[in-house]
Amino acid sequence: MTPPSVQSGPFLSVRDLQVRFATEDGVVRAVDGLSFDLRRGQTLGIVGESGSGKSVTSLAVLGMHDRSRTTVTGRVTFDGTELIDATEKQLQSLRGNRIAMIFQDPLTALSPYYTIGAQIAETYRRHTGASRSAARARAVDLLGRVGIAAPGRRADDYPHEFSGGMRQRAMIAMSLVCDPDLLIADEPTTALDVTVQAQILDLLGDLQREFDTAIILITHDLGVVANTAHEVLVMYAGRAVEHGATQQVLTRPRHPYTEGLLRSVPRLHSDVDEPLVPIPGSPPSLLAVPAGCPFHPRCAHRERVPGDDCVTRRPALAEVGHAAACHLPEEPREVLAQQHLQP
Amino acid sequence: MPEHHTAPLLEVAGLHKHFPIRGGLLTRRTGAVRAVDGVDFSIEAGRSLGLVGESGCGKSTTGRLVARLLEPTGGAVRYRGEDIAHASRRELAPVRAEIQMIFQDPYSSLNPRQTVGTIVGAPLAIRRTGTASARRARVRELLATVGLNPEHYNRFPHEFSGGQRQRIGIARALALEPKLIVADEPVSALDVSIQAQIVNLLQQVQRDLGIAFLFIAHDLAIVRHFSHRVAVMYLGRIVELADRAELYGDPRHPYTKALLSAVPEPDLGTGDGEAQGRNRIRLSGDVPTPVDPPSGCRFRTRCPSAQAICGTTEPPLLPVPTATGQHLVACHFAEPLPAAA
Ligand SMILES: Nc1ncnc2c1ncn2[C@@H]1O[C@H](COP(=O)(O)OP(=O)(O)OP(=O)(O)O)[C@@H](O)[C@H]1O
Ligand SMILES: Nc1ncnc2c1ncn2[C@@H]1O[C@H](COP(=O)(O)OP(=O)(O)OP(=O)(O)O)[C@@H](O)[C@H]1O
Ligand code: SF4
Ligand SMILES: [Mg+2]
Ligand SMILES: [Mg+2]
Repeated sequence: MTPPSVQSGPFLSVRDLQVRFATEDGVVRAVDGLSFDLRRGQTLGIVGESGSGKSVTSLAVLGMHDRSRTTVTGRVTFDGTELIDATEKQLQSLRGNRIAMIFQDPLTALSPYYTIGAQIAETYRRHTGASRSAARARAVDLLGRVGIAAPGRRADDYPHEFSGGMRQRAMIAMSLVCDPDLLIADEPTTALDVTVQAQILDLLGDLQREFDTAIILITHDLGVVANTAHEVLVMYAGRAVEHGATQQVLTRPRHPYTEGLLRSVPRLHSDVDEPLVPIPGSPPSLLAVPAGCPFHPRCAHRERVPGDDCVTRRPALAEVGHAAACHLPEEPREVLAQQHLQP
Repeated sequence: MPEHHTAPLLEVAGLHKHFPIRGGLLTRRTGAVRAVDGVDFSIEAGRSLGLVGESGCGKSTTGRLVARLLEPTGGAVRYRGEDIAHASRRELAPVRAEIQMIFQDPYSSLNPRQTVGTIVGAPLAIRRTGTASARRARVRELLATVGLNPEHYNRFPHEFSGGQRQRIGIARALALEPKLIVADEPVSALDVSIQAQIVNLLQQVQRDLGIAFLFIAHDLAIVRHFSHRVAVMYLGRIVELADRAELYGDPRHPYTKALLSAVPEPDLGTGDGEAQGRNRIRLSGDVPTPVDPPSGCRFRTRCPSAQAICGTTEPPLLPVPTATGQHLVACHFAEPLPAAA
């Protein structure tokens, strides 16, 4: 079924992306030197700290930051087109059409003044020029596919008449209406119960197989990542701290932050009388990210690193294979994998 | 009224909320979304009841009814023995301080024109608790409690990430040290480490201050960790309610079984982009609507064990014999079949 995709250069390439906001208190470095590639038909999972720059990264790829308050530098190349300095007109013809976004906040994407069905149909008409009735039929079809019961009737509801998870699914339907080539899904299933979540993930998988879609899946649900992403990128304080094949990263983490994340996850069979195990300390202020390794104030493995590298030198992320931005030598790293496997 | 000290803090009986539907061009009433359609449960002081169920089944509506942000169309909401289902604004004022809500949607529940300090301090300011500077100190303390930096005090909600906004809502709910918190997906926007931190925090305030929780969430592992008892909802009704260990260890309703089978776990993935084929029970069949629920058992259109009786008779929520005896199920086949010879 799927046409054999020509595995040439990356479909999406992000290089040294930096996003800064000017605020009253100083400059917030929300994204600080992020690089990754994504091929067609592949899913990249992005996980990480709340506030680590995941959503800001996706808005930068779509060119959606307010340019008067935001500085965006670096390169974002989508299928040969440079996006960072693309004109608003170029971006508009890509957005919602070849590149679609599922926003973390459904209310960013949905207007309170129009019915759900009308908004989805309008997106479709704008990019395809389809007739009103064809667009309406398409909208109803998609609402059905994301599991909205009686979609023909519910298409006439306004967003406030939908539950949280229904709004999220309406937005997913809207993002899929033009069969995008690149889909950025920012926490697409946070408001969904697990059975509906599984159904939505199946739907994204179908889309990917049918149209060879590249997907960036931002989520904090490591179970979802394990089930859908080919590769994972772990972010901390605006930077990538670990990147590699999903199974590698989740079963043999190489960065102490990733290991901490995996240990925080409550399991269906864990001991409920034991408190959960968060990473100690608190997230860094992006106004003054710690020098050296940004994770060092919270890291339990610093003593294993000879000298004061953790505090003075910023560890780099190698660009190929399974890599971690951490000064730990190979041997103690094995300890990480074992620690997290303990029940 | 005689006071039993065993009386629950909150008791909900026969709770209904039907939203009228506008009809096409004419604005005549043509039907109703039966969002909550006959729900009973109780919560004891200092205990937590988890509420899980399919998206759109009525969990948030139930939460809003309990916090009396919505008025029920039927049934009772008894808080400390008093029915507040139709209480007036004035009658509700003292109760409002004791029942707080953490909202599912951290975006629309925060006023975009107020600073975080103002938002979190609002409940204190309204009640003129302490001096202005004492209130400011308390707000800073609350921000630190939920893992935000004091530098966030003067910022506006749009400058925060999704998870940070959720924590602002949590800080606001804790400000008055309430007796009951309705927490609607309080941690689903948070990364797992902060999630663990917040869950531990909520458990600690529960122990220290004796706060009771109605804890709505779709993450079954989190619910298991946090809740003493768990209710499973489907299409406006509770289909199963049991002690945590019972519900997770010995689920009886086919919908609960399907839910538990669909939980993805991080170390079980195949890592090649394929969903894990584990024994996930896939629900097929028509997804029913709360406008026109199926006859008999509401789950029957998707239930793998449905029989003829399921189409004609609605199974009531009844106790099933178990080890602890605290297990209610609404299914004609909730009891295991006698072992075949
Ligand atoms: N408009 C803005 N002005 C100032 N700071 C901002 C702005 N938007 C985002 N930030 C800051 O940038 C950082 C990154 O935010 P982002 O929304 O990308 O986080 P995230 O990784 O998506 O987190 P979450 O998982 O909580 O959604 C945060 O610390 C946030 O406070
Ligand atoms: N104001 C309203 N007007 C009309 N219908 C509504 C309104 N609020 C909720 N509903 C409907 O009531 C039903 C239950 O909604 P509710 O928000 O309680 O679901 P939920 O269980 O919280 O779902 P989710 O897990 O997706 O948040 C849904 O069908 C929803 O569309
Ligand atoms: S570089 Fe040092 S401080 Fe940073 S994660 Fe590695 S060991 Fe810990
Ligand atoms: Mg985000
Ligand atoms: Mg809800």
